[in-house]
Amino acid sequence: MSFSSAGYQLLPVLPELVLAVGAMALLMLGAYRGGEGTTKIVTGLAVVLLVVTGALELMLPAGKLTTFGGSFVVDDFARFLKILAIIGSAVTLILSTEFLSDPSRRIFEYSILVLLSTLGMMVLISAADLIMLYLGLELMSLALYVVAASNRDNAKSTEAGLKYFVLGALSSGMLLYGASLIYGFTGTVDFAGIAAAVKTGSVGIVFGLVFLLAGLCFKVSAVPFHMWTPDVYEGAPTPVTAFFASAPKVAALAVFTRVTLTAFPGIVPQWQQILVFVAIASMALGSFAAIGQKNIKRLMAYSSIGHMGFALVGLASGTVEGAQGVLVYIAIYVAMTLGSFAVILTMKRNGQAVEQISDFAGLSRTNPMLAFFFAMLLFSLAGIPPLAGFFAKWYVFVAAIKAGLFTLAVIGVLTSVVGAFYYLTIIKLMYFDEPAGQVEPMRIELRTVLAVAGIFNIFFFVYPGPLVSVATAAAKSLF
Amino acid sequence: MTTWPILSVVTFLPVLGALVVYLSRGDDEAAQRNARWIALWTTLVTFAVSLILVWRFDAASAEFQFVEKANWLASGISYHMGVDGISLPFVILTTALMPLCIIASWKSVTNRVREYMMAFLFLETLMVGTFSALDLVLFYLFFEGGLIPMFLIIGVWGGPRRVYASFKFFLYTLLGSVLMLLAIMALYWNAGTTDIPTLMQTAVPRGLQTWAWLAFFASFAVKMPMWPVHTWLPDAHVEAPTAGSVILAAILLKMGGYGFLRFSLPMFPLASHDFAPLIFSLSVIAIVYTSLVALMQEDIKKLIAYSSVAHMGFVTMGIFAATTQGVAGGVFQMVSHGIVSGALFLCVGIVYDRMHTREIAAYGGLVNRMPLYALVFMVFTMANVGLPGTSGFVGEFMTLLGTFKVSIPTATFATLGVILSAGYALWLYRKVVFGALTKPSLASIKDLTPRESLTLFPLVALTILFGVYPKPVLDMSAASVQQLVNNYNAAVTAVKAAALIQ
Repeated sequence: MSFSSAGYQLLPVLPELVLAVGAMALLMLGAYRGGEGTTKIVTGLAVVLLVVTGALELMLPAGKLTTFGGSFVVDDFARFLKILAIIGSAVTLILSTEFLSDPSRRIFEYSILVLLSTLGMMVLISAADLIMLYLGLELMSLALYVVAASNRDNAKSTEAGLKYFVLGALSSGMLLYGASLIYGFTGTVDFAGIAAAVKTGSVGIVFGLVFLLAGLCFKVSAVPFHMWTPDVYEGAPTPVTAFFASAPKVAALAVFTRVTLTAFPGIVPQWQQILVFVAIASMALGSFAAIGQKNIKRLMAYSSIGHMGFALVGLASGTVEGAQGVLVYIAIYVAMTLGSFAVILTMKRNGQAVEQISDFAGLSRTNPMLAFFFAMLLFSLAGIPPLAGFFAKWYVFVAAIKAGLFTLAVIGVLTSVVGAFYYLTIIKLMYFDEPAGQVEPMRIELRTVLAVAGIFNIFFFVYPGPLVSVATAAAKSLF
Repeated sequence: MTTWPILSVVTFLPVLGALVVYLSRGDDEAAQRNARWIALWTTLVTFAVSLILVWRFDAASAEFQFVEKANWLASGISYHMGVDGISLPFVILTTALMPLCIIASWKSVTNRVREYMMAFLFLETLMVGTFSALDLVLFYLFFEGGLIPMFLIIGVWGGPRRVYASFKFFLYTLLGSVLMLLAIMALYWNAGTTDIPTLMQTAVPRGLQTWAWLAFFASFAVKMPMWPVHTWLPDAHVEAPTAGSVILAAILLKMGGYGFLRFSLPMFPLASHDFAPLIFSLSVIAIVYTSLVALMQEDIKKLIAYSSVAHMGFVTMGIFAATTQGVAGGVFQMVSHGIVSGALFLCVGIVYDRMHTREIAAYGGLVNRMPLYALVFMVFTMANVGLPGTSGFVGEFMTLLGTFKVSIPTATFATLGVILSAGYALWLYRKVVFGALTKPSLASIKDLTPRESLTLFPLVALTILFGVYPKPVLDMSAASVQQLVNNYNAAVTAVKAAALIQ
């Protein structure tokens, strides 16, 4: 077997290889260097490594590249989402600087785990068969379980990690079971092969599909597999929560989209009804359950459940427009989420992080700029024009309307009104109420992240062309 | 074609002003003064530029003028601006009232002045944009975007129940609008574009017309507001600061009526025809019922808010009568109500600044200490009643005339509302202004200051001018209204003819 034979070209996986080797090298560096400043160096180099990986991904030849006998594919869809996942991870590492600089913690492995998890996401996004899908998913998830518990001395963090692990293992089991059923009924694990074999929805295949989708729903935290989300979001250290809310969601949504659209295009009605239910349930639960929350991280958890519901609205339509909607949605969602978490990370009083929603009271008096950007992010999350969040919703609902999913669309927009209520509650606290006390000045890296996310969010409407056209090209590469 | 994008300049000039206000940092007295002056000059310049629109506007043409078009979102969704005879009066109304609002807030707002001025300037951009957008998505952007500054204006600078009022305002309006958003999407797939002039030429299938009409109705009925979805308005009005109430009554409410004229009638003529009885019923209920409710109010602002709902009933009735007089009357009534109700809220604001109460019972005999105020207030009260010689009369008369041709019962009941409006308005005026000045708290109340006179006298002049000589407004909108009515009738007759043939 020659190294460059058709099935095993390594060029398409070059970015992944660089990331894997780089992560190992950083691990060695961290383990052998030890002592002061190691964490800082490793984190810095990890960000550099992610940037290099992203650049390599962009430099790959255009068009559709495949390797490993067709089980690994790099198309516009994969490029778009990988870049997004890399951005998510890199920004998370930047947001983690303060968390890692705490002398009592100083765990350089944190950055390595984030890198490995990102590697898993990239594999997942490129997966074109069920084996590769599972490999990527597990690599991503195993690293995430550990990261969730990285605040070792904190009971809540440990609990979050354990809970995530147990439930994650359960969902992996379901996913594997579904995959094995599909393999049994079609005789192949390859998405294209499955698509060719699945022309009608026999009971066995639909059964397998349900389990497969259940596993994926768990990863995107869609109802009814969302139970872990609020606890893990609350228990995990805040930078980790920011990570959970961004990059893994990108990867999970990517594989969700790729599996449904490329492996099961023959039985759209069968999975469409599942997705319609999941989307409605997620949007409704995300909006209603968030109303009663007191903790901002739990609120963000319900908010992300709701947002995944909205993204799945696009996917439920099963069309190019729908896929494009999902891509635009997730891109804007990542920007809004990272910006919001930059704000949440800033909320400290007397060196202690404060997480209650009531702690935001009067922020517009004490930190006008911070409050302004956060308010705009919240209006955007609520989907109010002219902010970016409106366009995200526009593209998914426009696809749903074209596909004739009127009930879904009507319920969707109505829940978005309910959702607006709890975002408004935070804005009300910041703008209408009296200050609850001074907040510590914002760190430079948080300020940068917030400014970039905020400006993207506010000015997206001026020139939405680039993101939309890239997303269109990416969506088309699936069909 | 103009050589420079005059409409965009009018629309976005206030944003520029808001940025300048932002850059004038500081929170001391000087910074606040700067913010006020910058905001005033911005709105004045915007008004001046908007007058160029009037000057260059060709009233004989029903086409959109000052058109600007640029690529924006995906195919079929573009940055498309332009005005015709129906939208131009509202653009001017907006730019004209803004400087008055800034002046009215000069002394009464002392808290977070910079933010206040910025919110108003952003709001002006969004309002002008709403009236001049010629693309549905762009329209929605401006239409909904206006919620953000208004939410903050009510919530930050409002009265004691401001939180409740601002949430109610925001969520009510949003709920109506999201359904319209879905209808916009359906229209997009039907015609492949959201360009308003193109959509006006595109026949929409009957089934879609019905649903889309209902969805647009959900949004505009809340905004207008029509009975029974008007309940947010009294709360929002009572709690909003004076200038906020003025903008709300004078301009934001007009977006609903403008929406009916711009979208419902031209794009869904058949559905509009089918649903006209519904609109007539709701309008009559609004006119009679809210007038009765107004009779029972103890808060001056609430009374005027309910009277606004009643007056908007005349507008919807006139619009959906779809006769030349009805539609033209609807446009005129909206402009007139914009001036009159805005002025009434300014009048309330003036006594509120002195006494810090809006209870009707807390006043009485103001004429003894404030003769000038009494005179001005009387002009607007009479205009609110619809006394001939004031602008209020022309609008109500024309809408009633237009409706009479279509539905005599509707016109008859609506006329009852005129009597009731005289009842509550005169009652309010008597309670507040006439009688002996017995309350000790009012003993030292001062008459209008020059600044307050400056805000009210132009409106007095306009009220009387349009009352005796309404031609400027009617001429401006005549061609567009005529075209709208002709197209509507053509569409309805075509269907009736087709039904006869079968």
